[in-house]
Amino acid sequence: MAEKIMKFSVARYRPETDSEPHFQDFEVPYIHETSLLEALNYIKDNLEPELSFRWSCRMAVCGSCAMMVNGVPKLACKTFLRDYDPNKVMKIEPLANFPIERDLVVDISDFIEKLERIKPYIIPAEKDKNKPLTEGYLQTPQQMEMYRQFAQCINCGICYAACPQYKLNKDFIGPAALTLLYRYNIDSRDAGARERMKIMSQDEGVWSCTFVGYCSQVCPKHVDPAQAIQLGKKASAIDYVIKMFKPGEE
Amino acid sequence: MDIVKADVAIVGAGGTGLRAAIAVAEQDPSLKIALISKVYPMRSHTVAAEGGAAGVVGADDSLEKHFEDTVAGGDWLCEQDVVDYFVAHTTEELFQLEHWGCPWSRKPNGEVNVRRFGGMKVPRTWFAADKSGFHMLHTLFQTSIKYPSIKRFDEHFVLDLLEEDGQIKGVVTYDIQNGVCRTIIAKSVILATGGAGRAYSFNTNGGIVTGDGMALAYRHGVPLRDMEFVQYHPTGLLGCGVLMTEGCRGEGGILVNKNGYRYLQDYGLGPETPVGQPKNKYMELGPRDRVSQAFWNEQQKGNTIKLPLGDAVYLDLRHLGADYLHERLPLICELAMAYAGVDPAKDPVPIRPVVHYTMGGIETDGKTATSKPGLYAAGECASVGIHGANRLGSNSLVETIVFGKVAGDEAAKYSKTVKFGNEDNLVKQAEAAVLKATKLFDGKGAESCSKIRHEMGDSMEEGIGIYRVEETMQKTIDTLADLRKRYKNIKIKDTQGRVFNTEFLNAIELGYTLEVAECMAHSAINRKESRGSHQRLDGPNGAYKERDDKNFLKHTLATYNGDDAPSISYSDVKITRFQPAKRVYGAEAEEAEKQKKAMEGNK
Repeated sequence: MAEKIMKFSVARYRPETDSEPHFQDFEVPYIHETSLLEALNYIKDNLEPELSFRWSCRMAVCGSCAMMVNGVPKLACKTFLRDYDPNKVMKIEPLANFPIERDLVVDISDFIEKLERIKPYIIPAEKDKNKPLTEGYLQTPQQMEMYRQFAQCINCGICYAACPQYKLNKDFIGPAALTLLYRYNIDSRDAGARERMKIMSQDEGVWSCTFVGYCSQVCPKHVDPAQAIQLGKKASAIDYVIKMFKPGEE
Repeated sequence: MDIVKADVAIVGAGGTGLRAAIAVAEQDPSLKIALISKVYPMRSHTVAAEGGAAGVVGADDSLEKHFEDTVAGGDWLCEQDVVDYFVAHTTEELFQLEHWGCPWSRKPNGEVNVRRFGGMKVPRTWFAADKSGFHMLHTLFQTSIKYPSIKRFDEHFVLDLLEEDGQIKGVVTYDIQNGVCRTIIAKSVILATGGAGRAYSFNTNGGIVTGDGMALAYRHGVPLRDMEFVQYHPTGLLGCGVLMTEGCRGEGGILVNKNGYRYLQDYGLGPETPVGQPKNKYMELGPRDRVSQAFWNEQQKGNTIKLPLGDAVYLDLRHLGADYLHERLPLICELAMAYAGVDPAKDPVPIRPVVHYTMGGIETDGKTATSKPGLYAAGECASVGIHGANRLGSNSLVETIVFGKVAGDEAAKYSKTVKFGNEDNLVKQAEAAVLKATKLFDGKGAESCSKIRHEMGDSMEEGIGIYRVEETMQKTIDTLADLRKRYKNIKIKDTQGRVFNTEFLNAIELGYTLEVAECMAHSAINRKESRGSHQRLDGPNGAYKERDDKNFLKHTLATYNGDDAPSISYSDVKITRFQPAKRVYGAEAEEAEKQKKAMEGNK
């Protein structure tokens, strides 16, 4: 197989020495199978050992290597050079909407804090609190199917980079965290929906979403956060109506 | 230097580390926990495990059967009392995860479903489609958020353990995000850092699997046990090595050579089972060591398929149909398409054996305690004694939670019996460790880290592969010794960057991996027999081709010797009731089982 050459323009930034990001150009030989992650590792091994980026699994499941590729948020390990025009330059930048730590590494602590805030764990009903470890809940494949898709999120942050609302308002809980919230709310084992409803219905919750839907387009795992948020809005609206008629209930 | 105090410090936040943290929090909410990981917890390599986790549930299954499969699968190098504890606690841990929200795949009636796996007599592998590790890890991470006593130190890399009067009293870390060092003083420390597959070039492991915890314990005098036993998974995607789960074969996938022939029947795993009717411990459901070895033999015979990215055989799943494949093996379909351009519903998938798992590790007792008071180890980084010379698929995912919990319980108990070490002393040690690490920055050296890493990986493949002979093992040993010398002379280009300096970080990791690789090579050359994943082709009249219980029914211990090679010694294997016998699969196993029953009948 003849090797081809791809040209890259990669964003560089070191907080200790740089006042702002700049770009560095590289040329990388590639074959049909070469991923962007492999190209970056080629650069690090052979051309510029200083270049920093996060990566680990190489198989689109650890969620480390999200970055902007020609302005589109993507996993580097699931982006293949074969899909790009070798006559043009591939522009690689850190994930949008997050502060840059260094080079292609961004600070995702805001996203992590949001994941933690939405109570992403089973809150069991009173009767299930001391369930013995010799039995499980019964959950039919149909019941599991309700939330299965929304449990596939790898926390890569790509939907936050795509979200126009998050770009404007960093208080917005955002696609992945709201999806996870909804995932637990509809799990047949969970009884915590009421606790989470407050988070979902507040200003930073589902109602901040203007349903652009770009999050679902770019999600590398087809989680469809836009749908989860729409379903969340429906649940939140029903909850609101119920509260209007039964104001005492909390 | 920033100082933090915790009752229990846990290094690594994959399945084991998270389970340990939750165990400490549940045992006593007043205990402070420092959960330290060089990556965010959900990036840990547990995430990549696909097939599932073993736990006895079926009416046709028993703890005894799981015990026997595990001990025989490990070619009798398992600690049998530890295996007993293990099999007795798998199912409750798996139910615990179910209660915490893990989306295990279900039967139509809503009960948890199980699938077949290699080397297991009975289907007992719990699975969450083919993303079992991913779902376990995310369930554990999300559940851990419930416990306010768990304080995470994400993206903190451990540079050294701190020791006082022979006891482990904390760790010193490089906070990667902020570019500063932080000392974590603790009453007990658990290592849960995973394996060392990155010692090899062609592996299924994430870039982070560099043997850090093993090297840390080793440098502090704790032996690494049974390091020669490195598992080659039979089905890695050609080229990149991405894992095609054993679940593919559990669901009925077959392996064929260039002639379309199911070659496993020629290697003691037959007779051939009908396509689409997998049978436990037959053919494609043989144990991993045997199936990987069969590939090597087919390659020698010229029966493999020559492709641009190397020699392969085919994993054929087409007969399972697109619908079933997308239900049971969705990730496999996605990965094969992305990384090999193959739709498994339409075309066979080119695969070859690939380094996957480190059976050996930090020597611990059955309760995860190392020989250093205050230091515990669990999960892949540890050798608690359940895998022996060959791990059965789906035993390690469940190991993370069974022994993660034990480690948490034990380290918590221990922390209540001791005081914090002397702060001044420990900080001085920490500063010395930082100074030593950052010396890399003033290196006037010329050696390239990436070059050393590649040479190490290639040399390990060459010498410490599926089949081994003295000559090439010695060559690898010489190469590794040379690489360790060259490592002292490496060049760090970025001497200014403190925040997220991955060049520095990777250099320290390489130092860890090199020493672990050396343990693997020296343990291998000294084991003059064939057992499980350690297969030799040499010896006087080929004597090392056979298992030698007289001399080598023993654990290998590799002990640190500074700049020199490790010293190798041996320890006894705990055998309680299952005496070593020939390891048999396929029809031969059925025959042996019949004879055993007849014998028992005569008694």
